[in-house]
Amino acid sequence: MTEIDIRGLTKTYRIGDVDVHALRGVDLRVERGEFVAIVGPSGSGKSTLFNILGGLAPPTSGTVSIDGQDLAKLNDTGRTELRKKSVGFIFQKYNLLPTLTADGNIEIARHIAGKSGPRDESFKDILNLLGIGDRLHHKPRALSGGEQQRVAIARALVNHPSLILADEPTGNLDTENSTAVLSVLRDLNKRLGQTILMITHDPEAAAFADRTVTMRDGRIVC
Amino acid sequence: MAARLKGLIHRLVFENLKHRPLRTLLSLVLIGAQVTMILALVGVSRGVLGNMQRRAKGTGADIIIRPPDSSVLSFSSNMSEKIVEVVRGMEHVKLATGALVHPISNLDSITGIHLDEFNELSGGLVILKGKGFEKPDDLLVDRVFAQRKKLEPGSKLDFGHLWNIVGVVEEGKLSATFADIAALQDIFGETGKISYVYVKLDDPKNTDAMKATLQQKFDTYKIYSMEEFTALFTTNAVPLVETFIQVVVGIGAFVGFLVVFLSMYMAVLERTREIGILKAMGASPGYIVGILLRETVLLALAGTALGIAMAYGTRALLAAVAPNMPQVIVPDWYLNVAIIALGGSLAGAVYPGLKAAKQDAIEALAYD
Repeated sequence: MTEIDIRGLTKTYRIGDVDVHALRGVDLRVERGEFVAIVGPSGSGKSTLFNILGGLAPPTSGTVSIDGQDLAKLNDTGRTELRKKSVGFIFQKYNLLPTLTADGNIEIARHIAGKSGPRDESFKDILNLLGIGDRLHHKPRALSGGEQQRVAIARALVNHPSLILADEPTGNLDTENSTAVLSVLRDLNKRLGQTILMITHDPEAAAFADRTVTMRDGRIVC
Repeated sequence: MAARLKGLIHRLVFENLKHRPLRTLLSLVLIGAQVTMILALVGVSRGVLGNMQRRAKGTGADIIIRPPDSSVLSFSSNMSEKIVEVVRGMEHVKLATGALVHPISNLDSITGIHLDEFNELSGGLVILKGKGFEKPDDLLVDRVFAQRKKLEPGSKLDFGHLWNIVGVVEEGKLSATFADIAALQDIFGETGKISYVYVKLDDPKNTDAMKATLQQKFDTYKIYSMEEFTALFTTNAVPLVETFIQVVVGIGAFVGFLVVFLSMYMAVLERTREIGILKAMGASPGYIVGILLRETVLLALAGTALGIAMAYGTRALLAAVAPNMPQVIVPDWYLNVAIIALGGSLAGAVYPGLKAAKQDAIEALAYD
């Protein structure tokens, strides 16, 4: 079953008087439950694709469908709803709110999504898998980089999104923590069937994915 | 769980304020200062007018006669003291005595009295130190005035004239300074002139009837019952005080607006990345504005509480350095100052809030 279906996607930014063609006709299909790594040099369009799939920016042309929902037809409110319910982000810099505890960072994602009931039991398994159950009452500054990234993963998963978008999730981690985080992502993918799209420069990180897609100059080259 | 999640937002708001302690403290102090400024002004206005009320009541008179064209706070109009004799001869008048008020500065004046008559009228000035006046240059002062000017019996005081302080009396009766009326008239060239006639009746029940009789006899003069006279000592009855309070309230609201505008503008700049994170999680513009507004409300309410506490400080300070300007605590203004602080603060949060709501999530996430 297709989770993501991208056809003829273009994105052009206007910087001053100059048009910058960040994506020049991207076609990509990702099946539900796939773990796909997107690699490519800087300026190849990886981050732009990430932003469009995450509903952070609208496409210029083409169609982008996530779980049957066409992103090209969404306005700002629609893209906000998409981020709230269908997409979970994992960033290179973790991007946890510094004033909240790890638990607070997870809960606020639920609050934004309008969820008020108790967390479901399966999420306890996820916390166990992530190994942060005893670190939830600490603020980000008291957590190591690896722990912070695992909290960010828990936050991304708490609303059970259709798609997890990970942007260089190991970019700020040492080898040991990188391996741990990537192993967790792969486990989540295998155990929960969670669809994951991961942007990375690192071939070793890409090796954890089921499939690698390479981008160059705004196009998918293989 | 719903309550827990709601508590989470309150915690986020509280933690955000706690995370920048200096900025939060400065905002609180500045919002508090505008609240204190308003409370102190209203409190001093009421305190000073309340003192004047107490002093007027302390005379023990039932009716007060003032010259034509006089106003409640003006001492510039005087009348002939012959009127006292006419009043004394009227039915139901137990006692009538004249007083001359000679202004020295904006807030200070000397009151000339017939000491024996005034003692009979008021129940007597209570002399705490020294004695009553005997010579033309003798001056009695009340305890607050003596404390303010550091005076003791035997001190000299250059107060429009060089006076000998002969005694210190308990405050609360007519004036803070007393001289012999004949001496005062002579010294300041107001022979035969008085500012007030204080009338005590055989029975206070006759006040209304006597007031009507007096008004008929002295039709151009201002005749007040004591109740009417003291009711005039309100901020509403003094146009300049009311206007001044309104100006200070306006300044206070504007200061609150500026403080919160700057504080929240800085907060939005400092928290650009955090706003980006919230947006990435699907927070709507309203959700983000809601967090900022909650912070603003918390700042305004905490600032108001601090301002109220600081108003007790200004009261203590004024009592120590300017006892002639007593500040009363005005709880009936607490709601007003809270509304002023809240209104100014919320107005100040509008632009930063809109800026946060419009922030581009991608740019915000890239912000370092």
